[in-house]
Amino acid sequence: MALLEVRDLSISFPGGSGRGSALSKAVDGVSFDVEAGQVAGLVGESGSGKSVTSLAVMGLLPHTARVSGSASFDGRDLLAVPERELEGVRGREVAMVFQDPMTSLNPVVTVGTQITEVLRRHTGASRRAARDEAGELLARVGIPAPVRRLREYPHQLSGGMRQRAMIAIALACSPKLLIADEPTTALDVTIQAQVLELMGDLVRERGTAMLLITHDLGVVAGLCDTVTVMYSGRVVERADRHELFARPRHRYTSGLLASVPRLDAPRGQRLQPIPGTPRDVIGWDAGCAFAPRCSAADDACRGTELPLVSDGARDRHLLRCAHPVPDQHDQHDQHDQHDQHDQQERSA
Amino acid sequence: MLSFVVRRLLLLVPVLAGLVVLLFAWLRALPGDPARALLGQRATPASIAQVNAAYGFDQPLPVQFVTYVGKLLRGDLGSSSATGQPVLQSFLDRFPATIELALAALVFAVALGVPLGYAAARRAGGALDSLLVGGSLLGVTIPVFFLAYLLKIVFSQWLPLLPTSGRQDPRIDATHVTGFFVLDGLLTREWDASLDALVHLVLPGIALGTIPLAIIVRITRASVLEVLGEDHVRTARAKGLPRGLVSRRHVLRNALLPVVTTIGLQTGLLFSGAVLTESVFAINGIGSYLFQAISQLDYAVLQGFILFIALTYALVNLVVDLLYGVIDPRVRLS
Repeated sequence: MALLEVRDLSISFPGGSGRGSALSKAVDGVSFDVEAGQVAGLVGESGSGKSVTSLAVMGLLPHTARVSGSASFDGRDLLAVPERELEGVRGREVAMVFQDPMTSLNPVVTVGTQITEVLRRHTGASRRAARDEAGELLARVGIPAPVRRLREYPHQLSGGMRQRAMIAIALACSPKLLIADEPTTALDVTIQAQVLELMGDLVRERGTAMLLITHDLGVVAGLCDTVTVMYSGRVVERADRHELFARPRHRYTSGLLASVPRLDAPRGQRLQPIPGTPRDVIGWDAGCAFAPRCSAADDACRGTELPLVSDGARDRHLLRCAHPVPDQHDQHDQHDQHDQHDQQERSA
Repeated sequence: MLSFVVRRLLLLVPVLAGLVVLLFAWLRALPGDPARALLGQRATPASIAQVNAAYGFDQPLPVQFVTYVGKLLRGDLGSSSATGQPVLQSFLDRFPATIELALAALVFAVALGVPLGYAAARRAGGALDSLLVGGSLLGVTIPVFFLAYLLKIVFSQWLPLLPTSGRQDPRIDATHVTGFFVLDGLLTREWDASLDALVHLVLPGIALGTIPLAIIVRITRASVLEVLGEDHVRTARAKGLPRGLVSRRHVLRNALLPVVTTIGLQTGLLFSGAVLTESVFAINGIGSYLFQAISQLDYAVLQGFILFIALTYALVNLVVDLLYGVIDPRVRLS
């Protein structure tokens, strides 16, 4: 049994105006696992429902949200336990690192208190013991002069340092699961790599499982064991990392991969964005939500609901697509043709 | 910190100097004649001239101004043309009563306003919230003198539970040290006197504190709502902190900043309201003194009073700025 098993999770919010039954569905029947000690990636564009999914697991959604399904963590369904019990899980067994370290720390409380309060809450440590522990945590996440930093306020720390402090808070009680929601998106590119590396090291050395939520496949490539790709509130593809990068089957996944800029690409080559925006969707019950943006879409993609099924013989590779990207061999042929075509053009 | 306070105090000098000039000019521009106001309709030209000479009103305005500033610099606020008493002494006699009243109103407004505003925000959109928002609208719009008379009538006619006039029961033989009756009772261990003075403050405090209360409810509600939506509150909840700790440390402390600013700005409101409240509840404070001074065009008293208010206002807001630094380290003054 996996550490976290999310099953058939659906989340909807009351739609804009009026008090009618209009609900907008943010997440629709999402299932995925996070194995103990492993890093699971949850990938998708803004609005695909990945952050909402993580907040639902933490029980941090606004009260207006309607949530169904289950999120069983260590045998307990986090969606069903009362708030009181959930408070005992949050911070101790499941901790979270948020996207924006500028706003995720309380500006009027010292960094030290923000670390010690979680220790004192869950471990019952004395003020002094918690203080010492907090200093060690800050040192471990690579903050210089940690004891002095404890007395400082978030605004006295740089963005990267604040995110390190957030990580220290999250890992303070050695949780079994760390949920990181776009942990590097708000940071400078140079700092991103450092913070990712730190998180990777920490979860590995402590055996903490991690659910890494990101829109950045580069981040996934470096850290994750498995990858779940979401589009418009549903899972469209899931595979082990190597499998996914080697053989992306869903057109959306391959589009995401193709749109990643490459250092070894020829000069002047344009980026290949996925056409359209995430708003160009049709409902999943009317076919594939990605169809309006998909080059391979035809009538088979519209009208009937598409199931999430194993990709042929590979039962760890799940896919929701009527016209998946052809398997690798065909792809190679296509590439070769492309290359020949380019060479012909150049020589002409 | 210290240099900040000193700088702020020094900045007061030009402000007060400007105010002195303006005040002098404004008051002289008021219609009416102080000697006539003092002596009444049937005053003879000779008696009017006598009063004018006695208070220097017969001198040219520039001369009067120079004389006034000269005295002011020596700490002499002049004497009331109505009573002949030195203005400064009258102030010192009456100021404690007004401060006590203003503090009572402020305590009432803050102690009730912050929790109510917080409760409203927590149940935003609910019945309690609607009730409080509506009630605070009523509270802001109700005139002080109307509420004061209403309370006085209700509690003197139908519900004689609380005293409706004065600062102390005349039957209590209290010793006065500072002029703050509640404090005096504590200092001299005359507990019954202290309690009695406190009870006398209840109705005037409510009358004067209702508008600030309504404003504080609204500001707190808006501020808490804003903070509740902030990321760091979500972080605090993600840590599994109990609701009470999240509220105290992470919501209220951030939400209090605008509330503290509002409290500073209420000072002016409290003084103007005190004038009316003191008249209704027969409290011998600065307000009732000013009330007489205005009707008698008592220049010295008016000038002294407004300078005093300006000084108090500036000092209160200096304290607010310092408090701001205590609450929010980002504006901490070095």
